[in-house]
Amino acid sequence: MSDQNDPMAEIRASFFIECEELLEALQDGLQELDDGSEDPETINVVFRAVHSIKGGAGAFGLETLVRFAHRYETVLDEVRNGSLHPDSEAMKLFFLAADQLSDLVRASRDDTPLPEETSEELLGRLDALLGDEGGSEEVEPADFTPMGLSLSLDLPDLDAGPALNRITVRFKPEQELFATGNEPQMLLRNLAALGEAKIRCDMSDLPLLPDLAPETPYLQWIVELETEASEPEIRDIFEFVDGLCEIEISGGEEDSAPLAESAPPPPAPPPEVPKPAAVSPPVAAPTGSAPVASPPAAPAAAAVADKDGEGDGRKGATAAKSVVRVDLERIERLVNLVGELVINQAMLSQSLDEAGLSPHSDAMNGLEEFQRLTRDIQDSVMMIRAQPVKSLFQRMSRIVRESSAAVEKDVRLVTEGEATEVDKTVIERLSDPLTHMIRNAVDHGLETAEKRLAAGKSKAGTVTLTAAHRSGRVIIEVADDGAGINRPRVQEIAVNKGLISPDVQLSDSEIDNLLFLPGFSTASKVSNLSGRGVGMDVVKTAIQSLGGRISINSEPGKGTTFSISLPLTLAVLDGMVVNVAGETLVLPLNVVVETLSLGPDDVQMLRPGAYVVRVRGGFVPLYDLGVMLGYRSSRKTGEGSIVLLISLEDGSRAALVIDGIQDQRQVVIKGLDDSFYRAPGIAAATILGDGQIALILDPADIIAGMGHIRGSDFMFSERMTANE
Amino acid sequence: MSEHGQTSDLELLTFRVADQEYSLDIMSVREIRGWTRTTPMPHAPDYMRGVINLRGTVLPVMDLARRLNLPSQETNDRNVIIVVKMNGTLTGLLVDAVSDIVAITEDDLQIPPDISSDPQLSVVRALTVIDDRMIRVLDLAAVVPSRSDEAA
Repeated sequence: MSDQNDPMAEIRASFFIECEELLEALQDGLQELDDGSEDPETINVVFRAVHSIKGGAGAFGLETLVRFAHRYETVLDEVRNGSLHPDSEAMKLFFLAADQLSDLVRASRDDTPLPEETSEELLGRLDALLGDEGGSEEVEPADFTPMGLSLSLDLPDLDAGPALNRITVRFKPEQELFATGNEPQMLLRNLAALGEAKIRCDMSDLPLLPDLAPETPYLQWIVELETEASEPEIRDIFEFVDGLCEIEISGGEEDSAPLAESAPPPPAPPPEVPKPAAVSPPVAAPTGSAPVASPPAAPAAAAVADKDGEGDGRKGATAAKSVVRVDLERIERLVNLVGELVINQAMLSQSLDEAGLSPHSDAMNGLEEFQRLTRDIQDSVMMIRAQPVKSLFQRMSRIVRESSAAVEKDVRLVTEGEATEVDKTVIERLSDPLTHMIRNAVDHGLETAEKRLAAGKSKAGTVTLTAAHRSGRVIIEVADDGAGINRPRVQEIAVNKGLISPDVQLSDSEIDNLLFLPGFSTASKVSNLSGRGVGMDVVKTAIQSLGGRISINSEPGKGTTFSISLPLTLAVLDGMVVNVAGETLVLPLNVVVETLSLGPDDVQMLRPGAYVVRVRGGFVPLYDLGVMLGYRSSRKTGEGSIVLLISLEDGSRAALVIDGIQDQRQVVIKGLDDSFYRAPGIAAATILGDGQIALILDPADIIAGMGHIRGSDFMFSERMTANE
Repeated sequence: MSEHGQTSDLELLTFRVADQEYSLDIMSVREIRGWTRTTPMPHAPDYMRGVINLRGTVLPVMDLARRLNLPSQETNDRNVIIVVKMNGTLTGLLVDAVSDIVAITEDDLQIPPDISSDPQLSVVRALTVIDDRMIRVLDLAAVVPSRSDEAA
């Protein structure tokens, strides 16, 4: 089975991919149930997910997986048919079982040892829900076929009779049928809804065009139906057209064509049926076979899939949205190529500029069109990579379950903005830091139940995980409603560990930021969960390597919120290209609010070394980019200087002095890691049209860095920057 | 070249930095390219010249003379950048000029005498004599600091 060249290996791989989707659907469904959904379809989805996993696992001989899924499914079946009403304890168990199922799936996929003890324990508890011990019949994987199980959800009364009737229906409408406004397509669709239908249009009666009487119907349909419905049920469909058509219903095995085909007509129909015009409107018939339209076939097929989808679960899931699975490598390649295209376009545009072409020349107009296209292509490619954060959040809900159980706290996870789309790489690389933050929130953030009750809060703590798009970035927040950061304690620990000197006065936010220092851990006792040496500094580093920032907001008694702000994509940026002290720099366009040219009285000194600029009645701190980046030593803030007014996510504003603005354009982000001696404030680099490298700045980071340098404790700021 | 057979051959790329001769194991050298203007990295150590565009990727370039505490030379068009690979990452080393490729055996290498006051000793892995000139063999791992060194 694990043979590399085995053709099964590919099918097996796709089974596991499908499993991931099913597990996600399972999680979703359970969550909905847990939130009190009464929709019977929800439990069906849950049941079907487990069932489909079992079906596939059976086909691949993954017996452990089959056994677990089967018994899980048995319990879910009880819920589905209403004989078991899960309470919150049972729901918890269902979640645990879902987690275990995904562990089993992954272990089977990676051929790692299966965690069987957990399985047994969980199964025991699941069986206990059923009430009758030992009542779980062992499934024999060898005999297992998905069809053999009672699954036809719409017709539960027929569960016992899996024997399918093969019925052939011949249906020939008379002229009166059309005259009375009946529509054969509707009838055929109803017929198809009864089971697997194969519909053929018999056009053998169709005369040549000169002999054709326009109002006489010549077509008849032969429907081969594989259904559980009996003959009277089929006759019921034609009740309203009784006497308006010829109906012949014959049961038994007619092997004119293979009947096992699914609903859509076979691709190569027999010669006497030149078109798969299963349900073509009769009006089309008189004009001959050529223009018979095929679109009506689609709804019929879909209708079949809808009703019949319950048959094996998978059909229903895939019919919803048409999706193509693409190898990530191919997308990466496309993204890289588009990146090259953007650079190339910038180079071309620069050389055309230098050639002194008139802006109204054909070449320049063409270039403009080219730029627009490039941008569209880029946006589309980026959209391919974007994924909703839902999968990430689902993983986090598991972390909450596990970590809250480990510290014996009652924790509820609330997620918001699951549909927010983020670059796939970002999602993948967020998993670890987010896991850590969630664990921290559960372990350190939330108080114990007694303390919560004493503080007048509900017994169960809440961790809220939110994702949202805000000013061109993605904001992900982890909030708990715990006690908030114990600031005196944090400061004490920092002093004890020698991270800060004891006589330092720190602001609240500076104390909060101590948590990000390496080697800092507030938990006085090292618990199993967090505090194993990796701290928030690792989280911070991980977020920064994604071009993100992390900040803390804590209110004593109310809770703590960690906010992560991330770029939407790791590949391109709308930038403003500026000159500072002979260097070319790029600022993200979305932070630039406006550009100003300084007048004589605009700049005021706040205190020596600190200046503000007056913008429409308000005062905004003024920074000289050249000085901040070490390009020049003296401040140049004279009259006529150009200033960029920027707005940061936290709502604060700042003014940056620059020497000149070159352009606004899209730039391709080239990552810089620590081996580049990346200073705070330098987010990444890009390649300009002339092949030179320009640095991309992160203004918030620069200004934060400045704040620390101006701050009261220099030692502290040095540590902060060294950490970065 | 391998007259002795029992010792492994070593090929060295020799080059001049501030009128001194140095060399590197050629296996760590990826390419040699002409001097282009670097984009300085703010607040980087002074031996970092900045970054350049190496066929679409960003390459950090180190001024080897400054790194070795030698007097830094005025850069001119004859300067070259030796692109080396260390622990999977590429780094450019700015040198005055590349001289030669020489093949030696490990036997020809001598451990440098222990003169602990010499600050650049730690980056010189061995010494060898070629045509009566002393050539220093650089220890690339010491020249190009890894990330963990920086964090410390």
